Amino acid sequence: MDQGSKIVIKDFNFYYDSVQALMNINLHIRPNEIFTLFGPARSGKTTLLKSLNRLTDLIFGARHTGTILLDGKDIYEPRLSLTQLRRRVGIVFDLPTPLPMSIFDNVAYGPKLSGKTKKCLNEMVEKALTSAVLWDEVKDRLHTSALRLSGGQQQRLCIARILALEPEVVLLDEPCSGLDPVSTANIEETLIQLKKDYTIILVPHNIQQASRVADQAGFFLSGELVEEGSVYQIFTKPREKQTEDYITGRFG
Amino acid sequence: MMVEIKEKIIEKMLLLIAFSSISILALIAIFIFGEGLPLIWKIGPKAFILGERWVPSQGSFGILPMIFGSFWVTLGALLLGIPLGLACAIFLCEWTPPWAAMVLRPTMQLLAAIPSVIYGFWGLIVLVPLVRNYLGGPGLSILSGSMILGFMVLPTIISISEDSLRALPPSFKAGGLALGATHWQTIWRVLIPAARSGIVASIILGMGRAIGETMAMIMILGNAVKMPSSFLDSARTLTTNIGIEMGYASGEHRQALFATGVILFFIIMILNSSAIILSRRRMG
Amino acid sequence: MTQSIAKILIWIAALSTIVVMVLILFQILREGLPILQLRFFLESPRSMGREGGILSTMIGTIALTVVAIIFATPLGVGTAIFLREYTRERKISRIIRFGTDCLAGVPSIIFGLFGFVFFVIHLNMGWSILSGGLTLAAMILPTIICTTEEAIKTIPYSYREVSYSLGGTKWQTVTHAILPNALPGIFTGIILSVGRSIGETAAVILTAGSSLVMPTSLFSPIRTMAVHFYILAREGISMEMAYGTGATLILLVLMINTIAQWLINRYIRHRT
Repeated sequence: MDQGSKIVIKDFNFYYDSVQALMNINLHIRPNEIFTLFGPARSGKTTLLKSLNRLTDLIFGARHTGTILLDGKDIYEPRLSLTQLRRRVGIVFDLPTPLPMSIFDNVAYGPKLSGKTKKCLNEMVEKALTSAVLWDEVKDRLHTSALRLSGGQQQRLCIARILALEPEVVLLDEPCSGLDPVSTANIEETLIQLKKDYTIILVPHNIQQASRVADQAGFFLSGELVEEGSVYQIFTKPREKQTEDYITGRFG
Repeated sequence: MMVEIKEKIIEKMLLLIAFSSISILALIAIFIFGEGLPLIWKIGPKAFILGERWVPSQGSFGILPMIFGSFWVTLGALLLGIPLGLACAIFLCEWTPPWAAMVLRPTMQLLAAIPSVIYGFWGLIVLVPLVRNYLGGPGLSILSGSMILGFMVLPTIISISEDSLRALPPSFKAGGLALGATHWQTIWRVLIPAARSGIVASIILGMGRAIGETMAMIMILGNAVKMPSSFLDSARTLTTNIGIEMGYASGEHRQALFATGVILFFIIMILNSSAIILSRRRMG
Repeated sequence: MTQSIAKILIWIAALSTIVVMVLILFQILREGLPILQLRFFLESPRSMGREGGILSTMIGTIALTVVAIIFATPLGVGTAIFLREYTRERKISRIIRFGTDCLAGVPSIIFGLFGFVFFVIHLNMGWSILSGGLTLAAMILPTIICTTEEAIKTIPYSYREVSYSLGGTKWQTVTHAILPNALPGIFTGIILSVGRSIGETAAVILTAGSSLVMPTSLFSPIRTMAVHFYILAREGISMEMAYGTGATLILLVLMINTIAQWLINRYIRHRT
């Protein structure tokens, strides 16, 4: 079971100062599939996501116990390069966050910082924008400001940004909140395409999105992983009552 | 790993750079005290601070006339500056038709930006003759100095008082008015007391600014080295004493000027620290 | 009743402030503007300042200001970056901020004494552009720190999060995501400091001297325009020249202040 997993989370607890946000999380995520973490607001989903690439290190007072393994190696191991980790595990936030620069510079930001030469950059940018299904729309205005793109385009730009680093895992935290249905459908379609090359962990905007897009699912409630399994199983025959209550809309 | 080492080095360098302001402050204290303290020790602090005679050629170094000069000029400046400054702060905060703010605010910024020598010059050309002709005395007097200095500390008092007034929750004003008070009564009895610590901080800072002013005072005060007995007398302040004589002082005389600087430094540090602590408390 | 009296008094206060300001500017500009011919700016003072122009003093002022900015900017920006990006510990920041606030309150005559004993005598630089510039740098440091910090504060947290999540190191995040966006604010601080340096007199006289000779190196003594103005006025050398110098000072300060205000407005609007 362990061998085939891309990410293994073992007995993971997370604290913001004295408040415990995640309780005893145990989870395996297999490569090249879309895993969705769903549940009501403030149940720890974003915290878990940000722990996977140690973005939580930025927060003052953040503590954890337990381990997270990426390809069998502990990500909290002191000798591990933090910048490398974050390039391997990329994240897209719930609000589009283009940097105040051109589209090209946005996508090239990561590679440039990791030392890629100018020659490579052109190719990498085109490749990334193509994978994010944005290339055709912006190829003629690569050097205009990214702030002028629409919400849906900006979000796809954020996806392209991390794809440019050729990550292995892509984390998405409610990437479609605030987007219209057409943009949402675009992004969902993109994710399904990306699955072939990347491992994807998605916090969905709603349950319907989770069932449309994902392969595996995990239900989060108040910092605990209540149950996990295939999307089909969880949404049709949930094992736990809490899961069933949430899915049928009795709370949430 | 190389990257990590480079980052650590940069962090240490920035830490060092960040301590530059403290280091400079320490250097200032060390060197000024280094030059001035030996003389205070030699003459005795009491003789220095309470001595009424400043005659360097005879080795008399008493700075009491200058302390009084500083005191009276600053007092006069505050008597003018506080009411005027508070009034302008209230005006900017509560009573402005938008066009008036557009005139007053740049005026205030300009006030703060104009060099002190310009104020001194104007005081010399315009104010001093006025005082001489209508009130008597040499014209180069504490009165003239106070008036100019009062004007010069206005920006300090106005900007900080205005900030304090603006920082008050709108509910204070709404509450006051709801209780049937007039606009002015609300301001006077509710808002100003509430903004008390900020206003006091502004006054203390204004005081510090006034005590530290040199060039304008050299040009206007007349620089007589005796105990001032009226507002129309010429006088010296601690700062003008240093400013005037530093050009030609040597040996013990020069040390005495540094010693004056020591006293000045103490006074300013106490004033500014109080203002800073007051402001911090206000910010909560 | 009290309300009306109070209102009148307050209006009088505000108006009189404006009126006095206008009087001061008007007086000096009226007498001084006619003197500002081209040769005023192209000739150096002659006969102790009775004749000629203010060229050497202008050069002196520029040199001093440039030296001050060159030294103060890296120190100030570095301090601000450290305070905002590199430390969370409240104790260290409080100490540094306290030091900076205190430094901001030190009167210029004290800076003059310090600059004299430290740069002129102790470090043996003599009365020079370097001594004066370094002393001025210490005086403008708090301003640069303050405005840079304000500029960095306006940068949204998300820029940092994005930069880190794309594999940026702390220093890379500072140089690629933060500083480029803080530049307008930093520039504003520099402009404000230039304005201050131009008017500074007490500290400059004691550290840069008052020589009217055109400077030849960083170690040459010079006279700045403000010092020249002071000496002309106090020694009664030439009212005409004094007015001219004064008018130049006022115009420069007006110009710099306007630019700085425009910059502040522009990038505050940027924030909201």
